[in-house]
Amino acid sequence: MEKTWNNKAWFFVLPVLLLVAFSAVIPLMTVVNYSVQDSFGNNQFFWYGADWFREVLTSERFHDALIRNLLFSAIILAIEVPLGILVALAMPKKGIWVPVCLVLMALPLLIPWNVVGTIWQVFARTDIGLLGYSVDALGIDYNYVRNTFDAWVTVVVMDVWHWTSLVVLLCYAGLVSIPDAYYQAAKIDGASRWAVFRYIQLPKMGRVLLIAVLLRFMDSFMIYTEPFVVTGGGPGNSTTFLSIDLVKLAIGQFNIGEAAAMSLIYFLIILALSWIFYTVMTNAGNDKPMTGGGE
Amino acid sequence: MSDHATTAHPSLPGAAHSETAIAARSRMKTGHFRWKALIPIVYILFLLLPIYWLVNMSFKTNQEILGALTLWPTNPTLHNYRVIFTDPSWYMGYVNSIIYVVMNMVISVAVALPAAYAFSRYRFLGDKHLFFWLLTNRMAPPAVFALPFFQLYSAFGLIDTHIAVALAHCLFNVPLAVWILEGFMSGVPKEIDETAYIDGYSFPKFFFKIFTPLIASGIGVAAFFCFMFSWVELLIARTLTVTDAKPISAIMTRTVSASGMDWGVLAAAGALTIIPGAIVIWFVRNYIAKGFALGRV
Repeated sequence: MEKTWNNKAWFFVLPVLLLVAFSAVIPLMTVVNYSVQDSFGNNQFFWYGADWFREVLTSERFHDALIRNLLFSAIILAIEVPLGILVALAMPKKGIWVPVCLVLMALPLLIPWNVVGTIWQVFARTDIGLLGYSVDALGIDYNYVRNTFDAWVTVVVMDVWHWTSLVVLLCYAGLVSIPDAYYQAAKIDGASRWAVFRYIQLPKMGRVLLIAVLLRFMDSFMIYTEPFVVTGGGPGNSTTFLSIDLVKLAIGQFNIGEAAAMSLIYFLIILALSWIFYTVMTNAGNDKPMTGGGE
Repeated sequence: MSDHATTAHPSLPGAAHSETAIAARSRMKTGHFRWKALIPIVYILFLLLPIYWLVNMSFKTNQEILGALTLWPTNPTLHNYRVIFTDPSWYMGYVNSIIYVVMNMVISVAVALPAAYAFSRYRFLGDKHLFFWLLTNRMAPPAVFALPFFQLYSAFGLIDTHIAVALAHCLFNVPLAVWILEGFMSGVPKEIDETAYIDGYSFPKFFFKIFTPLIASGIGVAAFFCFMFSWVELLIARTLTVTDAKPISAIMTRTVSASGMDWGVLAAAGALTIIPGAIVIWFVRNYIAKGFALGRV
């Protein structure tokens, strides 16, 4: 759509600007402030330069948390994306079952995040939880509180349970937007099921899928509540992801300078990722008109 | 599945047979249907099982929960729900959550409406930078903001008030509302604006009489997503509240850490937090994907 150049539009944006500045810029400046100072307590601060940043960037603890978080994001993407595509492909395209599927699948997305944690904390317990009990009954030694591998499996399965539906819903919205003529053409050409997927469905889903991958990556990169409720970051530090580590540092140990420096580094990573996301969203928006999904 | 598709057509390729090929393929499709329907069914069962387990637990007594594993409550009891609905420190949690969530929803949509209109209709100095900056706030990790928020709202004496949480949640909900509304508004042709002006409508009259009804579904979706993201968030809400405005989700975590865990009440409290989402979801079922993708699907 052709847009007119009009700087008076700034007046429309002003309320948003003020509100978000109040809740984003001021707190962020506090963080910047702390990140370059140190304190002996009593609210007396002195200039500390870039030392906190150096400390964070060279600290093993930060590296470990970062690697753990990247590994976690990679694992859940590797599971959720193929699974999401598979479920979206198998979903009915029309009929009374469509809304039923949509509503049931969206259910986990609307549960408060710590309730998600609670659900899985209970569900995976070997004494009172169905999953833990069944796994235990199969003769597998399973304990997500003490065993690192079990803790990871629990957290990953929980995230798959919580967020795969997002991938499903996005892919499904992409799939239903494919005109019937494409499939008819493929039928006439005698294309195999795989060819239909590879040359019609996948390219048509491409952009939606990219959005899904980016969203899932971003959100898993800042996951906090769910693993915190289930494992508390343990056993040891084995499920301490970046956000959990940051909160431990800032509130647990009250090491504000280092926490602030870590926050900024964390935020810069997010910023870079957001830029990719933004480019995808706005560029892809230009080539075709958007309509509500699932209609 | 794919081997079926390739082996089932010895007659292909051949343009002369295309009619029969289509018929054969559609017949095959109906044959395949049952098999294919298994995937969503199994997936939905996987989603519902943990939720069922929570609901199941909420109708049991603690002795039954800890005593033996039963697939359904043998002596269904409403005791756990009664505890929640008779104790103000429990049910006020729901009231608090709903108060700040609704406040946040109203603020977010109200300020996002004009901004989204500006982004969808005009180009202005720094528009793209501003739009990107809004997105970075949607993507900001709440953990980064928890401590500075606490200090900011302490300075204003707003700790433990509903408005503090509502304003803090604007950090990610205002950008979300702007993006979603912009997506919907861009779907309305600009000719409508121009025709209205030619017909002598003033801007406010045009905006409320003509434009708002056209994007009514968009406003609903934006409001729903603000509601939802404010409802599911815990870290910031917990940091900014002490007792008077404490959300239900934070009250639940306190029970988890208490000695002598009351599993039944915990399960009932959890089950009750699912209800608001489950109710509103029906109304936005066709827009869920669009909302999660910030209005861009």
